[in-house]
Amino acid sequence: MNPSRRLLLGGGLALVLWAMSFGLWYALLVEHQTLERMGGALATGFAQAAERKMEDAHASLAAYAEAEFDYVRQVDVHSHWGGLAILLMLLGLAFDRVGFSERVRTVLAALLLSGSFLFPLGVLLQTVDPGVVPKLLGAAGAALVIFGLGAVAWGFARGEAAGR
Amino acid sequence: MTSRPVADQGFASLSARRLLVMGGIALIAAGMLLGDLFAVFVLHQNAARIGQHLLAATDAVAAEDPQAVLQNFTAIGARLENRGTKVDAHAHSIAFGYLALLLALAQPYFVMTESVRRRLAQLFLAGAVLLPVSVFLIHYVGLEYSPLESIGWASLAADFGGFLVIAACAGYGIGLVRQLRGGESADDPLLRDRSPSARLLLAGGTLLILAGFLHGGYYAAAHLLEHEQRESRILATLVERAAQKDTAAAHQAVADYGQLQGEKAVAIAAHSHIIEFGLLAILMAFLQPYVMLSARWKNRWAALLLIGSVVLPVFVLAELRFGLVAGGIADVGGLLVIVALLGMLAGVVRYTGSLDAGRTAS
Repeated sequence: MNPSRRLLLGGGLALVLWAMSFGLWYALLVEHQTLERMGGALATGFAQAAERKMEDAHASLAAYAEAEFDYVRQVDVHSHWGGLAILLMLLGLAFDRVGFSERVRTVLAALLLSGSFLFPLGVLLQTVDPGVVPKLLGAAGAALVIFGLGAVAWGFARGEAAGR
Repeated sequence: MTSRPVADQGFASLSARRLLVMGGIALIAAGMLLGDLFAVFVLHQNAARIGQHLLAATDAVAAEDPQAVLQNFTAIGARLENRGTKVDAHAHSIAFGYLALLLALAQPYFVMTESVRRRLAQLFLAGAVLLPVSVFLIHYVGLEYSPLESIGWASLAADFGGFLVIAACAGYGIGLVRQLRGGESADDPLLRDRSPSARLLLAGGTLLILAGFLHGGYYAAAHLLEHEQRESRILATLVERAAQKDTAAAHQAVADYGQLQGEKAVAIAAHSHIIEFGLLAILMAFLQPYVMLSARWKNRWAALLLIGSVVLPVFVLAELRFGLVAGGIADVGGLLVIVALLGMLAGVVRYTGSLDAGRTAS
């Protein structure tokens, strides 16, 4: 098996196991608690407004927004890691059809694999640090995946004969 | 002309590959059918009731009635759980279907005996069915007889299903590591198919995924944060106006909140569906040699799958501007994909029948 396929198949399988383990851990230990925190904060905010405790109400709504920010990203990370892993393995099966030299294919495989890991990681880190670095990491990972996939689509169009 | 059996090795009756191909297509078709039924019969009705409860909670704020507020939010929570668990069951059934097809394709890369492959396939399919079915039941089972404070038996069963899937994938992972260490090349006639339907699905699928990535990147950069900030502003306005007994402004804020939830939902649904359909198209491209139909019918099913794959996300996005008419067309798009998938499944069933009949005769 050539290095590019090895990278995509091995890396993809490792990533899908990682994504599923993350999802299982999240469902067991985090998700229910986060959903209760979200629902509780929103309901409390409205109830406090009904009691005319407006400062408390706004604080509860802010807590709801914070919990929702985390929840959306954590669920996104699980689905993106899993989805990208399936894509990597799928491309790995057909990577011989990409019409570039094996060296270029290996570089593309490395870009796709690193982008697929870094993009959700950057999104996940935003729940810990809302600063610029996690956003840049996520954007760079997404750019690597988009560039890599665009190049693969072009390679498929060229056909395997062009890579020989 | 009908395609003849190729690559029958590894596709014998009850082989791992056959189990995964048949199970995978069935999981995808079942997941999509659930999604279509949910979109037609539950989604909008459920959203309307959530809106009514939010409106009632807003009125309860104006009436200084915190008890009524909490009652309405309990009702909203139940409605959200009803929606969330059905969306999760739909998404996981389809995702496991894709993974099953992928594992079926990758069988030659797993160095292990056929009986181990078959047991892992059975384990995978058991978990892949148990998880979405259990998630679907979460809303109905609730916390009845549960030993835990916030997790019911259906959730625990779903988590166990997820564990079975992970265990099966880890088992196949060991086989893949053996293959990678051995450095042998696993040749598979399936991956050499260059039929027009396979090429159409491969090219179309790659383009669909690329379009989905670009749309997702655009949404994340241009709308995600703005939507979250707008939601905070609307909720703050809503409670302020309700506390000031400005009913008209509070009701307008509830309407704005509903509109925003709609904007978020269609953007996410379009993004995820176009990518998933792209993956499906590529997977089905590789499985074309197992679709025992004439070339013309294979091309028709491939084209239908791609047409549905474009129609659904495009018209989901158009729902905001054109309302339920666009939603109906999107549902038809989903139906086209299901019909194409069932057409291909019929071809796979013909293939297995032909293979088994040949074996019996010999």
